[in-house]
Amino acid sequence: MASTAQSRIKSISYAKYGYMFIAPFFIVYAFFQIWPLINTFILSFFGNGDAAFGAEAQEFMALDNYKTLLFGGDDRRSNALHDTFVQSFINTVILWVGNFIPQIALSLLLAVWFTDSKLHIPGQGAFKVIMYLPNIITAVSVAALFMRFISNSQTSAANIILQNMGNEAIKFENDPAWSRGIVMFIQTWMWFGNTMIMMMSGILGINPSLFEAANIDGASSGQVLGKITLPLLKPMVVYTLITSMIGGLQMFDIPFLYHTAAGDIKDHLRTVAVFIYEQFRVGNNVHSPQYGVAGAASIMLFFVTAILGIFVFRMNRDQDEARKKAERKALVKEYKKQQKLAKKGGLE
Amino acid sequence: MENVGVKDNYMLIQRIKSIGCFAVCVLLAAVCLVPLWIMICNATHDGFHLSVNPINFIPGGDFRVNFRNISEGEMAQFPDFNVWTGYMNSLIIAGCSTVLTVFFSALTSYGLTVYNFKVRDTAYTIILAVMMIPVQVTSTGFVQFMVGTLGLANSYIPLILPAIAAPAVVFYMRQYMKSSFPLDIVEAARIDGCGEFRTFISIAIPMCKPAIAVQAIFAFVANWNNYYTQNMIILSDTKRYTMPIMIQNVLGQDKHPDAGAQYAAVALSIIPIVIIYLCLSKFIVGGVALGGVKE
Repeated sequence: MASTAQSRIKSISYAKYGYMFIAPFFIVYAFFQIWPLINTFILSFFGNGDAAFGAEAQEFMALDNYKTLLFGGDDRRSNALHDTFVQSFINTVILWVGNFIPQIALSLLLAVWFTDSKLHIPGQGAFKVIMYLPNIITAVSVAALFMRFISNSQTSAANIILQNMGNEAIKFENDPAWSRGIVMFIQTWMWFGNTMIMMMSGILGINPSLFEAANIDGASSGQVLGKITLPLLKPMVVYTLITSMIGGLQMFDIPFLYHTAAGDIKDHLRTVAVFIYEQFRVGNNVHSPQYGVAGAASIMLFFVTAILGIFVFRMNRDQDEARKKAERKALVKEYKKQQKLAKKGGLE
Repeated sequence: MENVGVKDNYMLIQRIKSIGCFAVCVLLAAVCLVPLWIMICNATHDGFHLSVNPINFIPGGDFRVNFRNISEGEMAQFPDFNVWTGYMNSLIIAGCSTVLTVFFSALTSYGLTVYNFKVRDTAYTIILAVMMIPVQVTSTGFVQFMVGTLGLANSYIPLILPAIAAPAVVFYMRQYMKSSFPLDIVEAARIDGCGEFRTFISIAIPMCKPAIAVQAIFAFVANWNNYYTQNMIILSDTKRYTMPIMIQNVLGQDKHPDAGAQYAAVALSIIPIVIIYLCLSKFIVGGVALGGVKE
C-alpha cells in the first residue's frame, strides 16, 4: 500500500520537474534542428538567392527545384545542375562501396582474431589503441597530410619520387581512378579501427559456452566462424551497415578537402553532401547561395536516408521470416508424411 | 607417444597461425602509424631538404624555421595562421560545447528516468527518432536561418548553443541511469529535504561520472574536429578561425608551397589530440562500442 501511495505522490507532485528538466533540450533542439529542417523544406519550394545578400527576391516555385535536379530543364544551366547532381549521387555510392567493403572485411577479420581464444595474439590492447588512432584525428589534418604525400602538386611526395626516378609527375586528383582510390583508402584508414571495436563488442556479446561447445565437438575455426560467429553477429553487421550507409550518404570531409586548390571540386569526387554544401555555402565565390536547389537536394537526401534505413531493416526481418516459414512448411510436410505412413500401416 | 606427436603437431599449427595473424596485425598497425611518423619527421626538415627527399624517417632540426615560415617570412604559407589563436578558438568551442552537452544531456536523461509524467515516453521516442537525422540535411535551413535571418555569421553562438541538444548522448546516458542509478536514492534525498535540482547536481552527477567522462571525451573530440559546421558559420573573420579552418587555408596555398611549413602546421594540429587520446585511450576505446556516430 505504502509503495502505491508513494508512487502516487511522486507522480503527482514531481511531474513538473520532469517537464522542467527536459525542457531545455527540446527548446534548443526545436530552435537549432527542427526549425532548420522545416526551413530547408520550405526553402526547397522557393527560388534561389536570398534578399539579405542582394540577390533577387525569393519567389514560390513549387517543385521546380526538384524537377531541375532530377530531370534537368530547358536551359543549359539547369541541365548542368542536373548532370552534376546525378554524378554526385553516383560518386557517393562508388566512394561508399569502395570504403565499406575493405573496412568491414578488415574489421571482421581482426575482430575474429582478437576474440579467438586459441590464437593468443600478444599486445591486443596496444593494437586496438593504434588502430583506432586515425579515427580521432581531425579529418582536415588527415586530408592535408595525405595531400602532402600524394596529390596534384609537383611538390607532393609521390610526384617528387616519380620525378627523381625520371618519370613525369602525375596529376593524381584529376584522374578518377587514382583520386577515388585515395579517398577510399583514407576513409578505410580512418574508420576500420572504429568498426573493428564495434564488431569485437558484438562477438564478445555472444555466449562463450557456444564457442566452448564447438571446440569440444572439434569444430574447425572456419566452421566456428561460419556457423556461430557470423550468424550471431548478423544484427551487429546490419547495424554497422545501416549506420555506415547513412554516414556514407553524408560523406563530406575527405572528398571535399582532398583538393589542392580549395573549393575547386573535381567532378568525380563531388558527393551529394559536397554538392549541397557548394550550393548553400555563403561567401562561396562562385555564386550567391542557392538555397532552393540546396534545400531540394537535402530533402531528397533525407528521404533516401530514411528509405534505405527502413529497407535494410525490412530485408533482414523478411529473411528471418522466410526461413521460419520454410521451417514450418517442412515440419507440416513431415507430419503429414508420418500420418500417411501411419494410415498405410493401419490399413495393412 | 603417438598422441604426444599429434599434440605437438597441433600446437605447432596453432603457433604458426598466431604468428601469421600477429604479422598481419603489425602490418596494419604500421599502416596506421607510419603516415603520422613521416609527418612528424618531415615537420622537422626544411622545405629545400623535402623537395629532394620527400619521405624521412629520422627527425631533423628545422622545426623552428618551419614554424616561423607558416605565418611569417618570405614564403609565408598563410599570414593569419597563429597556432595559439587556433588552439584558443578551437578550445573555446570544443570546451563550451562539451560542458553544455554533458550537463544538459545528463539533465534531460535524469528528467526522463526519475520523473513520471505524461509525455515522458513520447519525448523519449522523439529523441530516438531524431537521433538518425544527419546534419547535412538540416544545414541548408540552418545556414539560411543563422546567417541570413539572424545575421550570426562569424559568431560562435550557432556553434556552441546547439550542443545543448545531443540526442545520442541523451540516449546513452539514459541507458546508463536506467541500469545503475537507484531511484531510492532520490526518495532518500527528498526525505532529507533536498531540493530536486540539488539532488541532480550533488547526487546524480557524481554517481554518473563514468558515463559523463566517456561522453565528454567523445563530445570534445567531435567538436574539436568539426570542420563542416564551423566552416559554414565562420566566414571571414580570420581572428575567429579555428584550427581546422586554419589548416585548410595553409594547405590551400598552392603558389609557393613550403612543404616543411605545411607539415609543421599539420603536425601542430594533430599532436594535441593525439596526446589527449593516448592519455585517455582506455576510456575512448572502451567507449566506442557504447555509442558513437559513424561515417
